Amino acid sequence: MYKDALAKVIEDVGQKTLDRRSFLMLGAAGAGSLLLAPGSANAAPKIKSSARIVIAGAGAAGLAAASTLAARLDGAKITLIDARKEHFYQPGFTLVAAGIKASPYVVSTTKEYVPGGVELIEERVAEFDPEGNKVVTESGAAHAYDFLIVATGLKLDYEAIPGMEVEQIGNNGLGSIYHSPAKAEATWRAMSNFADTGGVGVFLRPGTEMKCAGAPLKYTFITDDHLRRRGNRGKAELIYNANNKALFSVPIVHEKVRMLFGERGVKVNYERVLESIDIGKKLAVFKTPVGPVEQQYDFINVIPPMRAPDSVRNSPLPWQEGGWAKDGWIEVDKHNLRHARYDNVFAVGDVAGVPKGKTAASVKWQVPVAVDHLVASIAGKESEAHYNGYTSCPLITRLGQAMLIEFDYKDNLTPSFPGVIAPLEELWISWVMKTMALKPTYISMLRGRA
Amino acid sequence: MKELDPLVFLAVFQEMLGPLLWVMLLVIVVGTAAFIALLLKEKSINSRRLVRAELAGLVGGALALVLMAKVSSSGFTDAGGPADWFLIALVFGLGLAGTAILVYTVLGWRKPAAQ
Repeated sequence: MYKDALAKVIEDVGQKTLDRRSFLMLGAAGAGSLLLAPGSANAAPKIKSSARIVIAGAGAAGLAAASTLAARLDGAKITLIDARKEHFYQPGFTLVAAGIKASPYVVSTTKEYVPGGVELIEERVAEFDPEGNKVVTESGAAHAYDFLIVATGLKLDYEAIPGMEVEQIGNNGLGSIYHSPAKAEATWRAMSNFADTGGVGVFLRPGTEMKCAGAPLKYTFITDDHLRRRGNRGKAELIYNANNKALFSVPIVHEKVRMLFGERGVKVNYERVLESIDIGKKLAVFKTPVGPVEQQYDFINVIPPMRAPDSVRNSPLPWQEGGWAKDGWIEVDKHNLRHARYDNVFAVGDVAGVPKGKTAASVKWQVPVAVDHLVASIAGKESEAHYNGYTSCPLITRLGQAMLIEFDYKDNLTPSFPGVIAPLEELWISWVMKTMALKPTYISMLRGRA
Repeated sequence: MKELDPLVFLAVFQEMLGPLLWVMLLVIVVGTAAFIALLLKEKSINSRRLVRAELAGLVGGALALVLMAKVSSSGFTDAGGPADWFLIALVFGLGLAGTAILVYTVLGWRKPAAQ
C-alpha cells in the first residue's frame, strides 16, 4: 500500500498540467514580493563623519567592527590593517581536531568579509603610538587616526615552552589544536592513533589568560569518547592538568565538569602548568607547588601560554599594573571597551584586558558596544551601551552532545533559552547548534548582520 | 543571544543554506498557495488522497531526521533530555507536514476529479 502510494507520488510528480504551472507562476510572484520586504527594515540613519578610524587586526573582532562602523557612518575613512590573507573560523578548530570536519571548514579569506568603502592594508602593525595618534606598519608607513580600535588578537607563545617544536605537531603523540587549521588536523591524526592504541593521554591549559578556556576540557571529553567508541577506554589513562584550583572559572561549571570527569574516569591534577617538554622521550614537565613533576605521555594536547602581540606589549596600551600587565592585555573599561588612558582608543576581542571570555561570542557582544561608544563620541553624545561580560561556550562532552554554557562577568549563568536548553545538561540540541548554527552566525557577525 | 531579531535569523539561515534558502522559501510559499487554492477549489478534503499524502509524509519525516543527522555529524540517538526530544519531534513533524501537504497538493492538481 505504502509502496503504491510512493510510486504514485513519483509518477504524479513527473507529469505537468497547466493548472499547476499557472499556480507556480502565481506563487513565485507572491514569494518574490515577500522576499523584497526584509531589506528595507535595516534603515537606521547613518551619521555623516570624516573621521579617520584605524582598526588594527582583521580577525573576527576587527572585521565585525569594520562592518558595524561602515553600516553606521557615512564618509568616515575606515582602514583595516592585517598581514594575514587567510581568515580562520577558530571555533571550528576543535571539530577539525575531533575528526568531525576537515581543515577547509575553518579557512576562508579576509578579503571576502571586508565591507565596501573600507580599505584593507595587508601589513602587520609594528608600533602603536597613542600619544601621536598613529600606528606604524612593518613597511614604515604611518597611519594617523582620530579613533583606533585594537583587535590584533593574541600571540600563541610556543617559544615559552622549552623543547616544544611546532613542526612536530601530529608526530609522536604530540598534538596542539590552537596552532593552525593544518595542525588541528595533524592533532586529529595523533589523537586517532592514540585512540587505537591507548596509553597515557595528557591534557592541560596554560597559566595565562587564554582564548576559549573550554577547549582543553572539550578535547579531553572528545578523546575519551573516541577511545570508548573503539573499545579502548580500558587501555587508556586520561589526565587533565588544571593551571589553578579550578577546571573552569565559573564555579558552578567547574563542579559540573568535575563530576563528569569523575564519571568518565578522567584523573585531575590541580595547579600544574606545563614547564617544558621532551618530544623525543614523550616526557612533559609540569610546574607544581611542590616543585617540577615529570609526566610520561603517549598523547599530549599542548596549549601554549597566550599573550598580547609584541607590538601591543611594547606600547603604552597595556595595563600598567596588576595581573594583566605582564602579558600585555590592553587596559580598557570592561563595560565599554574604551581605553582607560586614551579616550579615542578601544580594544575588542582577545587582546582586550577584561576579566572573561576570549571567544567569538564575546566579540559578538563587545563590538556593538565599543562601536556605539565610538560613534557617540563622533556625534558628540554619550552612549548607554553596556557590555556585561556575556560569553558562551558550547562545551562538548561527547561526540553528539554539548552543554550550552553562557555566563557573564559575575559568574552568573545567562541561558538564552531558559527552561528549554538547560545550561548544565548534556544535550544533542546544543551540539546541533555548535555544528550547524554557530558558523553561519559567526559569518553573519563578520558581515555586521548578526 | 540576548535579543532574537528575525533579521538576524534571516542572515544566519542565508549563511547556512546559501541560494538553497530562497529555493526552500519558494517551495514553501508556492506549495502553501497551491494547497489553499486546491482546498478552495474542491471545497472538501479527499480522504483517499489524504491517506496517501500522510504515508508519504512519514517517509518525509524520516528523511528530515536522516538529513539532520548528516549535516550535524550526529543523530537523534544522541538525545540527552527533553529539549532534544522536542527537536526530534519538530524535525520529524516539519518533514511530515511539509511532505504531506506537498504530496496532497501535487496529487490534487494532477488528477483533479474525484477518483
